[in-house]
Amino acid sequence: MARYSIFSLLSHARSGHADWPLAWRDPEPRRAYEVVIVGGGGHGLATAYYLAKEHGITDVAVLEKGWIGGGNTGRNTTNVRSDYLLEPNAHFYEFSLKLWEGLSEDLNFNVMLSQRGRLITAHFDSQADALIRRANAMRVHGIDSEFLTREQVRQRVPLMDFSPTARFPITGGFLQPRAGIARHDAVAWGYARAADARGVDIVQNCEVTGIRIDAGRVTGVETSRGFIGARKVAIVVAGNTSRVAAMAGLRLPIESHLLQAMVTEPVKPILDVMLSFGAGHFYVNQSDKGELVIGGDMDGYNSYAQRGNLPMIEHVAAAAVTVFPCFSRLRILRHWAGIMDMTMDGSPIIGKTPIEGLYLDGGWCYGGFKATPASGWVCAYTIAQDRPHKLNERFNLARFSRGYLIDERGVGNVPAAH
Amino acid sequence: MIIPCPWCGERPHTEFAYGGDATIRRPAEPAAASDAEWFDYLYIRPNPAGAHRELWHHAFGCGQWIEVRRDTLTHRIEGATPASGAEIDRDG
Repeated sequence: MARYSIFSLLSHARSGHADWPLAWRDPEPRRAYEVVIVGGGGHGLATAYYLAKEHGITDVAVLEKGWIGGGNTGRNTTNVRSDYLLEPNAHFYEFSLKLWEGLSEDLNFNVMLSQRGRLITAHFDSQADALIRRANAMRVHGIDSEFLTREQVRQRVPLMDFSPTARFPITGGFLQPRAGIARHDAVAWGYARAADARGVDIVQNCEVTGIRIDAGRVTGVETSRGFIGARKVAIVVAGNTSRVAAMAGLRLPIESHLLQAMVTEPVKPILDVMLSFGAGHFYVNQSDKGELVIGGDMDGYNSYAQRGNLPMIEHVAAAAVTVFPCFSRLRILRHWAGIMDMTMDGSPIIGKTPIEGLYLDGGWCYGGFKATPASGWVCAYTIAQDRPHKLNERFNLARFSRGYLIDERGVGNVPAAH
Repeated sequence: MIIPCPWCGERPHTEFAYGGDATIRRPAEPAAASDAEWFDYLYIRPNPAGAHRELWHHAFGCGQWIEVRRDTLTHRIEGATPASGAEIDRDG
């Protein structure tokens, strides 16, 4: 792999940038691999990269039915943070954030991480209490967090409605200073390039249609390009976890829902923090291009359509202009939706399955992007060692039947938590 | 989406609250049900891509629970019936 640097940039500038080498190969799939990873999104590509880098396993193929990063990796709102209350989540997402902080250097690919902080506004006392509790729990776990006064929030986000007649008076705010946003395509491309450089085959336009199991042990996958043998297979297909797992006879505690997001036309820099409106369904950050990237809540019904309905867009936009009156004349450029695999406790599933050699990494609800590096890291560990790492042992599939839920929201078995 | 409520006719889905997969059945005899049966009921979902039978509550309408047949890949709604299985006599 030719390293990217200021020198490679200058030398290619001399030839008009006409002869940059391809960032990764486009190989024909071989007949068998040691490890086959189903799904070429950020998580699958990260799994392949860490298998090669941390465990020396390079006889690996990533099979992607479309193009890499074309699913949820390219449909999220690019938030990266580790502001969780419960211990398994706190340690896992903090590990992920630490990987993010070194990722551009590690991959030699600029993922454009911008640690601008994430602020959740508080509007009433019980909400402030819950946010302070969360901030304190994070500090106990060694993670940065602050609780801001109304004046401190006003200094950070003066465009919010601080008037005496505000519909949602702002009483304070919860801040994780190290949270940030990253360029989501670059994450897929960076992991793909770095994994390819270590010998991993990335095979696009190769849909897995079946999983072959012999006497309780996985032996390979049927694909649109023929059978590919494998000693180990990992299902890393957020948005299609139930469907692919069903090929191996697994029934999962997951419902797939849709989540919409939208961007406005670009404007000059007006917002230098990721802002979540704590009393409703609306959050926003400003992209490097100047667009406001806006997200909200799920539409709330099962869907694989990758598109949603307008009432939720209206609901989110209403919240946006309520707390940011100055947004009211911005036009929406585009909106879209991704498929969220919602587990019954709002936490992911990463680990072994009842089938030998078959591993599962999915159920990311609507928070998978920030987890990409850690998800790949622990999934690679679990595959290589055939046992979970300490960071993902609590995210096992058996926790639902055994009653050890990781229920961050504290609402029981609802496939709508996060 | 427009949901054809068997009682009220075609209404926008914003009048309804979603109630999830209609094929999930609570164990008929709770005290006699095994842990595995409870686990299935509480957690396991078929989660199909395609035809889906699902419950909706007409919360801002007649207040009835209905069973809707909807395609999760296209959002196309095939029809709806009372969740109770009641026969509707519109003339009565």
